[in-house]
Amino acid sequence: MGQKITIEPVTRVEGHGKVTIHIDNQGQVTQTRLHIVEFRGFERFIQGRPYWEAPVLVQRLCGICPVSHHLAAAKALDVIVGAGTGEGLTPTGEKMRRLMHYGQIFQSHALHFFHLASPDLLFGIDSDPMKRNIIALALENKDLAVQGVMMRKFGQEIIEATAGKKIHGTGAIPGGINKHLSPIDKERFLNGPDPINVKTMIDWALNALEFFHDYHAKNKAIIDEFFKFPSSYLSLIRKDGALDLYHGVLRAIDQEGNIILHDIDYQDYEKYIDEEVRNWSYMKFPYLKEIGKQTGWYTVGPLARLNNAEFIDTPFAQKEFEIFKKYTGGKPNHMPMHNHWARLIEILHSAEKIKELIEDQDVSEGELTIKGVKKHEGVGLIEAPRGTLFHHYKINELDQIEMCNLIVSTTNNNQPMNEAVNQVAVKMMTGQKMISEGMMNAIEVAIRAYDPCLSCATHALRQMPLEVSLICNGQIIDCKQKF
Amino acid sequence: MVTPKSKILLYGYGNPGRQDDGLGYTIAEEIERWCKEKNIHNIDVTYNYQLNIEDAEIIAHYDVVIFVDASVETVDPYFYEKVQPSLNTKFTMHSVTPSFVVALSKQLFDAEVTAFQLHIKGEQWGFMEPISSSAWCNLELALDFIKDELESII
Repeated sequence: MGQKITIEPVTRVEGHGKVTIHIDNQGQVTQTRLHIVEFRGFERFIQGRPYWEAPVLVQRLCGICPVSHHLAAAKALDVIVGAGTGEGLTPTGEKMRRLMHYGQIFQSHALHFFHLASPDLLFGIDSDPMKRNIIALALENKDLAVQGVMMRKFGQEIIEATAGKKIHGTGAIPGGINKHLSPIDKERFLNGPDPINVKTMIDWALNALEFFHDYHAKNKAIIDEFFKFPSSYLSLIRKDGALDLYHGVLRAIDQEGNIILHDIDYQDYEKYIDEEVRNWSYMKFPYLKEIGKQTGWYTVGPLARLNNAEFIDTPFAQKEFEIFKKYTGGKPNHMPMHNHWARLIEILHSAEKIKELIEDQDVSEGELTIKGVKKHEGVGLIEAPRGTLFHHYKINELDQIEMCNLIVSTTNNNQPMNEAVNQVAVKMMTGQKMISEGMMNAIEVAIRAYDPCLSCATHALRQMPLEVSLICNGQIIDCKQKF
Repeated sequence: MVTPKSKILLYGYGNPGRQDDGLGYTIAEEIERWCKEKNIHNIDVTYNYQLNIEDAEIIAHYDVVIFVDASVETVDPYFYEKVQPSLNTKFTMHSVTPSFVVALSKQLFDAEVTAFQLHIKGEQWGFMEPISSSAWCNLELALDFIKDELESII
């Protein structure tokens, strides 16, 4: 008799998703699905609005990664106002936006690693759930917990200094930026009292990597073997092959490392990428057209970015990148738990970039905006903390938005997250008649490796319990809730 | 302990883009204006969309913190309570609760913060900015209450 296990919702991810696991009479897992049951209406809400409102409106998708939406929308509108794609802005416009973006990457990655992921690593996936949080982390390793909180705060303050507010700022405008970095902010970020200065942040990013290496050496079964599967990888990359989180060309590699999307101009993304609708999820499944729906899916995010990059242009991160690449002999890294490693390398890279940008005089003076010949269509891409983010707008003669298409990072990772959940379900649920809390958390650990932001659909007003139902022939035979 | 020299933070949170979820933001604005009019210097006001872990460090600089949020529960029209630090983490998303923030502040920064929470009943939660007229009535009553509370401790 077949059974269906439902985990709803998953926790320590942003938004509301559920997982169903179907088991056959022999207890073998036959199908696992991550369902996204929130509906996102922003692509419709924004139709008819003046185009210049988009960077401010669309970031309301989420309170977690608004800067990424703010900047992707602004980049699309740069094209519409004739300011070009990425390289077309004034030095001040581009560098202030980059500073905002690296602040976002820094704070988001810090929140994810220290607050959401590290408790699983430190205490174990099947440990007491009351221990799997940052409070317990503080009891075990107070310095690490304090550093996590203060790194998040530092990133938020960079955002406030460049965007005007920590959340839902207004700094990026079509064709550039609306302010310089103030001398007061420049001085405090460079030479302010500890710990809120960039030198301390670089030191702490190095500490976090040291913590990870130590953990990794002792726990290869979790980091390397917990789940792994081959994938293609897609990301922005600088034209010379360097890791670039703000601008570049679009590259994809296959599971062997062969380039399958050849550094294309992302204005043409529709020629190469399509989205499939499946009737059991509100979230679409993007794929590379040339390869097809079945096998054309790809992974985005920190692991994908480091798999695609040929080098990193900041010294400390480059050193770590070389260790990362050497670990898989230069081949693509197919261990999704290594997203945490890649995320920490990006934290370090972001801190180094923040220092470089703050020291650059262009952020303190110079022209803020540029405009050229107006167009009626533009695409903006950025590497958000969770992966590649697409914003595509068309406007009419009245300057109103008439079409908007958003492919958010979590959508790009839809199929890989389903693959990850399936692999963990097979490993943990096969032959089981009862669901333990540890099994439920194992599924969530797999999802959390991607740091999904399911609320790029809507905002939940209430906190939701974790509910697990075991269903056999339409009858619930076991049901557990976790608050 | 709350004394007349206490350093106070009023922290409104919520999403003003979701109608009455902006009650926390609106009351923060009103209290900020009131403090200026009354020339009150020991009350700071801040606002955010949601609470998060770095708020543990922010509140550590204060003696008293009053969190203000819109409520979907049947509080009529508002409810004021002391926040008990809680190690029982109830967070399910990237945001955290006032109890968690207070507990984290003590754990990480050795802070002894006395915290309260003011819940104001919200009525409508659409994708628009002005709060509803019925929520405005709730807000005005809550505002009178919290001003009295603040005046009793400054």
